[in-house]
This record gives sequence, C-alpha cells and structure tokens, in this order.
Amino acid sequence: MAQVTPAPLIEVDHVAKVYRMGDVEVHALRDVSLTIAEAESVAIMGPSGSGKSTLMNVLGCLDRPTRGSYRLAGQEVSKLDRNTLAKLRNRTLGFVFQSFNLLSRTSAVENVELPLLYAGVSGRERHRRAREALERVGLGDRAHHHSNQMSGGQQQRVAIARALVMKPHLMVADEPTGNLDSRTSVEIMALFQELGRTGITLLLVTHESDIARYASRVVVMRDGLVQSDRRQVPLVADPAAAQGVA
Amino acid sequence: MSVFQVLRVAIRALMRNKLRSFLTTLGVIIGVSAVIAMVAIGEGAKAKVAEAFASMGSNLLIVLSGSTSAGGARGGFGSLPTLTWDDLKAIRAECSAVRYAAPQLRSSASVISEDQNWGTSINGISPEFFAIKDWSVASGVNIAQSDIEGATKVVVLGQTVVEKLYGPSADPVGQTVRIKNFPFQIIGVAERKGQTALGQDQDDVVFMPYSTFQAKIQGGLQKFISGIIMVSATGSDDIDRAEKQISNLLRDRHHLPIGGDDDFSIRNLTEMANAQEEGVSTITSLLASIALVSLLVGGIGIMNIMLVSVTERTREIGIRMAIGARPRDVMAQFLVEALTLSFFGGVIGVLLGLLGANRLADHFGWPVLVRLDIVVIAVSFSGLVGVVFGLYPAIKAARLDPIDALRFE
Repeated sequence: MAQVTPAPLIEVDHVAKVYRMGDVEVHALRDVSLTIAEAESVAIMGPSGSGKSTLMNVLGCLDRPTRGSYRLAGQEVSKLDRNTLAKLRNRTLGFVFQSFNLLSRTSAVENVELPLLYAGVSGRERHRRAREALERVGLGDRAHHHSNQMSGGQQQRVAIARALVMKPHLMVADEPTGNLDSRTSVEIMALFQELGRTGITLLLVTHESDIARYASRVVVMRDGLVQSDRRQVPLVADPAAAQGVA
Repeated sequence: MSVFQVLRVAIRALMRNKLRSFLTTLGVIIGVSAVIAMVAIGEGAKAKVAEAFASMGSNLLIVLSGSTSAGGARGGFGSLPTLTWDDLKAIRAECSAVRYAAPQLRSSASVISEDQNWGTSINGISPEFFAIKDWSVASGVNIAQSDIEGATKVVVLGQTVVEKLYGPSADPVGQTVRIKNFPFQIIGVAERKGQTALGQDQDDVVFMPYSTFQAKIQGGLQKFISGIIMVSATGSDDIDRAEKQISNLLRDRHHLPIGGDDDFSIRNLTEMANAQEEGVSTITSLLASIALVSLLVGGIGIMNIMLVSVTERTREIGIRMAIGARPRDVMAQFLVEALTLSFFGGVIGVLLGLLGANRLADHFGWPVLVRLDIVVIAVSFSGLVGVVFGLYPAIKAARLDPIDALRFE
C-alpha cells in the first residue's frame, strides 16, 4: 500500500460488561466501540455510574469484557488469563491513580523500581532505569524520600515515573489531579503533555472539564454507552501561566 | 522476581511490624525449643541409664540358684542352693561364649578399724570378678588366684567403706581391719564405681577371696555356692548364646527332665538395660509429640497473622497487581513471609532449646545429648508449618481481584 497508517493502539468492538450483584444484573457497559490511535490523549468523562471507570478497567487490562472484542496493540485481550494480563499491565501499560498509590514506608526510587522488579530486571539496571525515570519527572534529587516526606504533587510525579519506567505504550490515569490543587494539577498535566510528545498514548479519566481541555479528544460516557466522542485542539498546559490563576 | 528479591521484600515487610512478627514467631520458637530440649534431655537420661547399667558390668549375665518350696511357701530364686562349684568350673570350661565366670558370695557384717566400725556388704569373689565388672583397684593390689588357693585373710575395700572407716581420701592399704573377729589385711582400695541403675551404692563393699569367705564368714567349705555366679559373655552379640549354653549345661548337669522347670535362673542385664532405655525413649517421644503439638499451635498463629496481613495490605496487593505482579508473585510474597517467620522461629527455637537443655541438664546432673537429626527435623518441620499455614493466606492474596483490591479502603 502506498499510504502507511499506523495501526490503532486500541480497538474496542461492541464491548459489554455485565456485573452480577446478587440477583440484579448491572450493565456497566452496554455496547462500546472505540478506536484510539497511538500518541492520542483521550479524556473519558461522564457522571458516576456512566461506566467510565469500568471502561478504564477494561482498557487498562484490569478487567475482561463480558462480550465483544478488545485489541491492544493488535493483541486480543478479552480472552487472556490473569498471568498474561499481569504481564501486559507490566510491559505495555502504566497506571496513575487519584490517591497516588505509592507503597508506604518505601522510598521514591524503590517505588519506581517495582515494575522492573516484576519484569525481572537485574538490580543495577533496575536502579539506573528508576533514577532515569525520576529525573524525567523532575524528582532526581528526591530519590530516597519516602512518600510521607513529599507533597501531593511530588507523590504523583513518583507515581508517573513508576508508570513510565517500563516505557509503556499506554498510560492510564484515573482522576490523576483529583487530590491536587489547581496549580499542581496544571503541572501534572504539563508533564503528561510532555510525555505525549514522546509518543505515549494517554487515557485520562476525569470529571473536571478544565482537565479534559488538555486532551486531544474527549469521550463522554452515559449509561454504559458512548454519548459523544469529539476531537479538539488541546489547551497547552503552562504552569507559569497557571501560577497567576492560582 | 528472583528468590533473593522475594526474600528481601518479605524481610522488609516483616521488619515493619517488628513486635508483631516476633510475637507471631514466638509460638514456633517455643514449639521448636521444646522439641529440642525434650529430646536432648530424654537422650541424656537414656545415656545415663545405659551408663549405670554398663557400670554393673559388661555383657553381664547373672546365674542364680533355684527356689525352696516348703509347705507351699516358695522362697524365691537363690533361696535353695543348687549351683555347685563344679558347675562354675564347667561353665568356665565348656561354654565358648563365656569369657569370665566368677562367684559372688554375699553377707553383711561389721568391719572394724582401729577407731571406727561400719556395717557393710562382705563379698567373697574370685579375681575374674573385677574383670567382669570392668573394675580395678585405685591403690594397692587386687585379689589374686594365690589368695583364693591359700584362703588368705586379705580384703579390698570399696571407696565408701574407706571413707567411713578412715575418712575421705585416706589410703589404708597395709592396715588391718577386723571382720567377725578375724584380722584382715587391706591389700587394695577399689576405684570409685558409683551407683547402679537401681540406686545402689556399689562402693559400699568389702571384697575377699571366696575361699576365705567360706572359711571365715560362712563357716566351712561347701559343695554348693551360696551366692550367685557372675558371667561375662565374650561380646555383646554373644550374650544370648552364652545364656543358652549355660542353661543347657546346667540342665544337663542337674539332670533336669525335658520340659521340667529350671532349678536356676539366668538374668540378662542387657535385656534389662534395653527395657529401661526403651521406657525412657517412650517418655521422650511422648514429650516430643506434645512439643510438636505446640509447634502446630505456633503455625496456626502464623496463619492468623498472615490472614490479618493480607487484609491490611489488600490495597498494596492491588497496586502490585496493577503494575504487573502476577498472582503467583503475590502468592510467593506472602508464602515466603510465612516461611521466613517460621524458619527464623525454628532457628531461634533450636538455640533456645539447646540453652534450655543445657540448663536443665545442669540442674538434674544429666549429660545432654543433642541429636543433630532432631535439630534438622525440628527446623524442617517448622519450615513445613510455615508452608502449610502460609499457603491459605497466600492463595487468598493471589486470588484477589486487582480492581477490588485497589478500591479497598
């Protein structure tokens, strides 16, 4: 073929997810089809109960869909077993959470080393790559600080370093700025945009439209269906400008 | 993750709750130390019993006369003299499995020194007696064959008798004592022998030639041996053979009909020693199994704490799973934690058990015999306890759903 189009990173085809709570069947996802290309930054929005968390769990390989097909980087995920899913999460995905989810009483560099540990990377190499990831998020000088010695913004940077240390294709962020003040939120979004420029695809679950403006695409969920899916020119996160706002 | 990595993570997790980890291990520590101490003490007691029996003589058989039966009242073994001096000679000459045979005639009498007296056991013996008993003199000389032939009035004193008559650490060789009004020259002092397995003081004795004993203590030579014959077999494997040979010989010499009762009796001290040691072993096993039960209780303690730990760290498990820990990584982590607890408990328990066994042994005056196999078994068993009781919590952790685990508050 003359024209080379990059294969989409995420291909979701008629995915449904049904939970059983006692006698009641909960249709968290009814019928979702979605294609996300590499290096896109997609904000998933929607009220609680709309299915956006479930969609994130499925896309993040934490959960398997009840029906439909989900291909991640060309690989069908919906039929994989728990061990292969774990390996996929380790190699292809990076997670960032609202509450940072760093291990307590563990230093920043040790937190960042964790995914490398499960990937079987040897000690010296592990340390080097963890330090490199911390440098990248601007915390090279905080490597041996414990989470209780760091601010929320710094903790989230450690979490981002941990998510990107395995050089993932997809970074899944669940309300990453939910516990941060607006200035720090902009700093974190600036960091995500910087990572996006290196080709990492970002999946951002948020209910704040301010935050969604930094994404290149906004998907709104409602009652387990995609209500709207639109592309936009992302707002460039500028911490210096945000300083004045805060 | 490598084994070393898993171990490092486990130790770090345990060190975060030092007191709790220690208290959890305590059950295993107590269990293992109890097993080690009980077995060490039991083995010590067994050795003590064996030693006591060995002090009574090596490969020893005792031949006793038959019993009297007068008007329905039976007098017990030795009450009717049936063994003759010719029997003794025949045993020495004809039984190939017998190394030594010696008579032991016994009576009680007062021994009088210049300024003291002491009632003790007077024994008429032949020189082989000391060989049978693995005994020798500490000073002076032993009773010799010439003393038997000449019926000389010489004695060898036991240590207790020396102490009672002359005071401790005296050497009365060359002095004279009086027994039944006859003067006897002390030619030797026997080595200290200690107590028998039955608690009898073997040093509270006076030895003299059996011929002298017959003449001066019993009053006249006799055809029958009014005492016992001590026999030493040629080796520990020959004891049963010696017993059979003596039995056949005596039945033949006494013209006993086939199927009739023996008019003598042969005691096998090795059998008695084995029976005693077996008894001690039984008690040791009993104590050790009770201790093993406490080790099991310690294992349940570990399981309890590991279950609490899994619940407490549900969120941590969720994080680890989200960043790529496989179920088996999570399982290994908790299993190794349980194993580390129980293994260190086992090691500390061994050290404590050895210390405790030493202390108790000092207290009872027993030797302590640490059996390496028991140490290995106790430590491996504590490891096994860790695996068995750590398995369920570890599986529980591995089965957690990463989404639920991450949401857990």
